[in-house]
Amino acid sequence: MSKRYPGAEAFAVEELDFEVPAGEICVLVGPSGCGKTTALRMVNRTVEMTSGDISIGGNSIREGDPAQLRREIGYVIQQIGLFPHRTIAENIGTVPTLLNWEKDRVRARSAELLELIGLDPEYGDRYPSQLSGGQQQRVGVARALAADPPVMLMDEPFGAIDPINRSRLQNEFLRLQAELRKTVLFVTHDVDEAIKMGDRVAVLKKGGRLAQFASPTGLLMEPADDFVEDFVGADRALKRLALMRVRDVDLWTAPLAQAGDPCEPVRTAVAAAEVPHALLVDNESRPLGWLSRRDLAGESVPENADSTADPLIDADSVLRDGLATLLQSGSLYAPVVDPRGRLTGVLSVEIVSDFLSSREASESELSAAERPHD
Amino acid sequence: MTEFLAVTAAVDESFFTDRSGGGCIQENRLFCPDWVTDNYDRYLDPTLEHLILVGSAVAAGFLIAFALAVFAHRHRWLQTPFLAGTGILYTIPSISFFFLLLPLTGRGAMTAIIALTAFNLQIIFRNITTGLRNVPPDVTEAARGIGLTRSQVLRQVELPLALPEIIAGLRIATVSTVALATLAVFANGGGLGAEIVTGSNITFKTGIIVAGSIAVLMAILFDAVLLLARKALTPWQRAAP
Amino acid sequence: MNLPAASFGLFGEAFEFVFSGREAETGGVTVGGTSQVLDLAARQLEVTLLALAVAVLLALPAGLLLGHYGRGEFLAVSAGNAGRAIPELALIALMAAAVGVGMFNLVVALAILGIPPILTNTFVGIRQVDRSSVEAARGMGMTERKIITRVELPLAVPTIMGGVRTAAINIIATATIAPLAGILTLGDFIIARNVYGDAGVLAGAVLVALMALALEAALAGAQWAMTSRGMKLKRS
Repeated sequence: MSKRYPGAEAFAVEELDFEVPAGEICVLVGPSGCGKTTALRMVNRTVEMTSGDISIGGNSIREGDPAQLRREIGYVIQQIGLFPHRTIAENIGTVPTLLNWEKDRVRARSAELLELIGLDPEYGDRYPSQLSGGQQQRVGVARALAADPPVMLMDEPFGAIDPINRSRLQNEFLRLQAELRKTVLFVTHDVDEAIKMGDRVAVLKKGGRLAQFASPTGLLMEPADDFVEDFVGADRALKRLALMRVRDVDLWTAPLAQAGDPCEPVRTAVAAAEVPHALLVDNESRPLGWLSRRDLAGESVPENADSTADPLIDADSVLRDGLATLLQSGSLYAPVVDPRGRLTGVLSVEIVSDFLSSREASESELSAAERPHD
Repeated sequence: MTEFLAVTAAVDESFFTDRSGGGCIQENRLFCPDWVTDNYDRYLDPTLEHLILVGSAVAAGFLIAFALAVFAHRHRWLQTPFLAGTGILYTIPSISFFFLLLPLTGRGAMTAIIALTAFNLQIIFRNITTGLRNVPPDVTEAARGIGLTRSQVLRQVELPLALPEIIAGLRIATVSTVALATLAVFANGGGLGAEIVTGSNITFKTGIIVAGSIAVLMAILFDAVLLLARKALTPWQRAAP
Repeated sequence: MNLPAASFGLFGEAFEFVFSGREAETGGVTVGGTSQVLDLAARQLEVTLLALAVAVLLALPAGLLLGHYGRGEFLAVSAGNAGRAIPELALIALMAAAVGVGMFNLVVALAILGIPPILTNTFVGIRQVDRSSVEAARGMGMTERKIITRVELPLAVPTIMGGVRTAAINIIATATIAPLAGILTLGDFIIARNVYGDAGVLAGAVLVALMALALEAALAGAQWAMTSRGMKLKRS
């Protein structure tokens, strides 16, 4: 698939030319007024280009009816733009209805998408004003996905959401994307978001000129020019933390114990382990708490540990967020869990600092970033 | 005072003698309940006429104003001239409008309906325009972006969201028209005004009060119906956040 | 169809009626002519302006106070709704028949028509003034009275004048039927067709329309002059 967006009037976007491989997220990032939104909007022809061409899957978008084209491209904007007079289910079903799907099929699809974005089915009958900002944005994404378009355009989709929810929505979307494999064009002015979300990042400068088109690692390791270096920021070493997922680094292993186990072997394991305490887990290996020396003083492991297992770190989150969680709670290490809550290891501040100082860091990052998110 | 007397002098004596009501009527007291119970039937036709006057004028005003507003929504520069034009029609007093039409349509209900329609246009036009303008731009952008055509955006998004404003305009127009339509009697247009200016008599207090009250009740009724219609048509506005 | 010619003829007669007068339908005397036209027009304007002044004097301070203190919203807003429902003809007729004819009663009746829109719009206009402007004024040490007159009133001018214009249009229109209450205005030409004939009726209709449009234009001009420059800039 190739996209090319040469010049709008007065070159809002000038001679922009790059290709996005199918199934990847390509982020357009740049300072405000750099033409990134204009470029995005040329793809679904809500802004018509002056010259040049954009093709999707080998077909030029200039052929055919713009409304028809837009029905085949998902579109999410910062202000969401849900229809306040329609229920959530009707909002999600907008494009399928336009495409003349049968009523039952539209309803089934809405229900399916509600589940996909993690909203209770009963939300289908509510109106947008009854949902929180984060929930509305999820519905916005679901509406864009409704007719299963191969291509999605997202214009600062999480820009109006508070930082905590933004990070959650970003992770959720990455999880969805791993499953759905859409070709996504994503606009943001936030470098951190670009690095986190993008398989590829296009940095634009004023006039819509392409300053660099690279993988996030490439951007951080080898900025093409002073503009990109400036834009990416002085803290790019730290930004590399946003490139690694917690599950991709070597985690520590903690001694494990279940309630009722004899204490003796656990005490032995603790003495030899990287982590100076043992974790109490249930029979699905979900962490329940940290066992203190006092907990292990008896014959068998008690039902309740001296302290809780919190904070838990999501294995899918990036290293930067994992470090932030550690620093916030004041702990030196914390259990890492998969989406079902099962323990996968323990992340420590030491692991992060080793990662930052290691020479191999850059190489491992590069290889990690070249892999598509899975 | 001579001209004034020419209007009101000829009190139709039979009007009082034909109908019961007794001494109250003879003395023309403020309100004679007996007369009303004996004569309620004489208000049926004028009430129906009044309903037709108001219904036709508001319906015609709505259709024209709607067409103008939708057209001016697509061609924004037309809004100012349309507003000015309908503003002139609104400003010309209806009673004057009846007789400006005299050389064209003569006297009668049609003349009254045209004048009342002209009065309505701006109120309805202004509200439809405001309602369409107040639709949040992100909603229309999203609508266009996910593939609604221009007319689909108008029909499925903009007009439904403008509905509260449109009905507010209809309420103002309807209530004002019910009151103004009493003047239709001067254009031989019938309606409740005919029971206020009875014959050439405007001194019959009970008649004035009954006809005036029916007009006020009719206005309240129209208003209530439109209010209920709005509630029924805009369920999303009742949804608690 | 000789309608255009006929209508032109009637307009010609109306023109003649205004400028030179015609013989009354009842015979004998000459009616119309510039002196009677000016006489009746002056009376209509007088009645209108008097009633409008009374309505403004009563409704404006009430609206300002209610709006400033945020009280009586239900009263102020439903006054506007209820005002629209008053049948003008019944009001004038009842006033004349039950209270009596004459200037005073007529002005009272017309003022009753003018009060609701001015009250409602003043209230709404004041409530719409940005509360931060009011807080800033209070913070700078303005008295409540000064806040009303120096901050809220100027900012609410467009909305208040909208109400005054609505009131004026309704009053001047209703002043046309003032002859029913014994005060002869231009409406006499319209109502007393048996005296003035169709030429007089048409002449009256044209004169009343022109007068209403002139009053509306004058008030629009006054609103423009009274609106502070800063607000005009913001609007454009």
